[in-house]
Amino acid sequence: MANTQTATVTVRIPTPLRSYTDGQATVESNGETVKDVLTHLVDRYGDLKSNLYTDDGTLRQFVNIYVNDDDIRYKDGPDTPVSAGDEVSIVPSIAGG
Amino acid sequence: MLTTSAVLDAIRDHGENAYPEEGCGFLMGTVTDDCANRVTDIRPVANRKTENRERRYEITPDDYREAQNAAEAAGLDVIGFFHSHPDHPARPSETDLREATFPGYTYVIVSVANGEATDLTAWSLAVDRSSFESEEIHVLKPTDASAWGNGATA
Repeated sequence: MANTQTATVTVRIPTPLRSYTDGQATVESNGETVKDVLTHLVDRYGDLKSNLYTDDGTLRQFVNIYVNDDDIRYKDGPDTPVSAGDEVSIVPSIAGG
Repeated sequence: MLTTSAVLDAIRDHGENAYPEEGCGFLMGTVTDDCANRVTDIRPVANRKTENRERRYEITPDDYREAQNAAEAAGLDVIGFFHSHPDHPARPSETDLREATFPGYTYVIVSVANGEATDLTAWSLAVDRSSFESEEIHVLKPTDASAWGNGATA
């Protein structure tokens, strides 16, 4: 263990991105914050990165992250802390014309 | 995408009922071994756009989470979305491309002209996000479809 503060969490993957996570609907990741968790996730599954982030490294606008039932936009954003056993969900919002 | 005429009729009906506004919802089903989306059901949702609903639609992340939970309870997944184009062709608009989410989802568009559903098309976002690519719609007979089960691989 690199860091005793690091929590192991479950990340829920949207259906089309499971082709980048060996077909798994949920994968484990870890970190102290949502940002850590997502960084470890894309380190492990590199093809997820361009789907989740723009070229300048910010989360794409339609990508919403929930920790359990809370949208991190209404918490501390990417700095929202996570605890062991939390469920982190990647949830798209859909729009068009 | 693979689907049934009942699913396509349900999408047309929703588009007609929403007219002159855009109607929208989720495509539920499974992904085949060769990565085709097999749509077995739809889940209409309210168009959450607060203005210009004749030309725009929006589905919230909370709607998505509810749909995903409902899909999983039925042994399915959210595998795409549908929306209507009132008095406009069944092709992705510039707004559709700008707002597109992940490649791999199927986007169905139904044109509704003067309140009557006409063309219905399916699309998927290119991996480089530069355009929508047309997806063939394979309509299976109900007898074939009944062998699908809920999420089971036929």
